[in-house]
Amino acid sequence: MNFKKRDIISIEDLSKDDILKILKVAKKMEKNPVQNILKGKIMATLFFEPSTRTRLSFESSMKRLGGEILGFGNPKITSVTKGETLWDTTKMIQAYCDVIVIRHYLEGAARLSAESADVPVINAGDGSNQHPTQTMLDLFTIEQSQGKIKDLHIAMCGDLKYGRTVHSLTKALSLFNPTLYFVSPDTLRIPGYIRHELRTKKIKFSEHTDINEVMNKIDILYATRIQKERFPDLADYEKVKNTYILKKNMLGGAKDNMKIMHPLPRVNEIDNDVDDTKHAYYFQQAANAVPIRQAIISLVLGAEK
Amino acid sequence: MRAYKVYAIEEGTVIDHIESGKGTKVIELLNLKDSTDIISMGMNFESSQVGKKDIIKIENRFLTKDELNTIAIIAPTATINIIKKAKVAEKFKVELPDEFQGIIKCRNPTCITRNEPVKSKFKKFSESPLKVRCKYCEKVFIHFELL
Ligand SMILES: [Zn+2]
Repeated sequence: MNFKKRDIISIEDLSKDDILKILKVAKKMEKNPVQNILKGKIMATLFFEPSTRTRLSFESSMKRLGGEILGFGNPKITSVTKGETLWDTTKMIQAYCDVIVIRHYLEGAARLSAESADVPVINAGDGSNQHPTQTMLDLFTIEQSQGKIKDLHIAMCGDLKYGRTVHSLTKALSLFNPTLYFVSPDTLRIPGYIRHELRTKKIKFSEHTDINEVMNKIDILYATRIQKERFPDLADYEKVKNTYILKKNMLGGAKDNMKIMHPLPRVNEIDNDVDDTKHAYYFQQAANAVPIRQAIISLVLGAEK
Repeated sequence: MRAYKVYAIEEGTVIDHIESGKGTKVIELLNLKDSTDIISMGMNFESSQVGKKDIIKIENRFLTKDELNTIAIIAPTATINIIKKAKVAEKFKVELPDEFQGIIKCRNPTCITRNEPVKSKFKKFSESPLKVRCKYCEKVFIHFELL
């Protein structure tokens, strides 16, 4: 379970103990967010696909621990990658840094980078595949809001077919005996292979088309965007779009401890009037990006054990 | 390719139960085209086990472990008969290795292996149906769909 020099590429590479370890260190970081434990260390951020939010939270995490950063956030304005293979780019850049954070539009790019680099590589999103620090941040937020991570009742709502976030989170959660409620339009159901995996692991779950059916049962409501582009027929989109907008008046039957999460940015999935209820937790979730990334960076650099 | 040539050999290897249509691929990947051994291939035989099948016979040659693994990847249903003195001296099934690289491509067009000069790598995911998972993009495929 030693993290030093380890690559963080896929949530599936992490054991239950690994996950618990990261959560524990993140809790420590949350209590003590500014430290000097990474003084003299350099993190390179290679963002072949722009994602300002993710990049800034990585950079902030590094700087608050006393480290330095270099890299690029938009491959168009850099010549570093021109005509060069990802393998070669990684080989070259690793000489300048102690840890690499990579985001790429192709699936598997982070794995390839990790094979090329001797320094640890952290995947900050590879196409539609993995974004393990996002998944860890979701787990951290769930634990923080409920005081535990085991035996919770969790609803995932929205586009469950294409949502990478939901798929990875479902996998990770299945280590912690959850009861899951998948709420989506028929056309955007959770994929068959995930349902199959859940059955194999004997995880309790059910599928719904209306969030109101489960509102009084759940501890967490994880909402995601429904994108117009996912619907071949626009009429189908028009039919479902208003069903999946969360409004304050729908929360009447919710348990006191129920918290709403969303990977943000939201479009119209959550009404603004939900923001000042005790259930809104998505801004806290966004803030958790820093302690969780601080934990992961300092673990792979050996500053935390 | 006449029938009697396909049927009896004195010494060598018979690769049987190749899924129909994959025989030429096996010949290609084993570099048998450039070989000086006598090679015969039969296509579309009826088989109770795999529907239609191809058969390849290589005279005076016994395949290496690497060659057998290659066969397993493109013809996972194949059986191998080692022929000595016109009799079957040994008979076994090939088995898809737990991990293998190269030979077949990932079918996901936005997989890094389809866009950069890097060898594909797969892991066996399930036995029946035989599924494999790309080590890079992590997508799972029915093995036959990749052939
Ligand atoms: Zn792939």
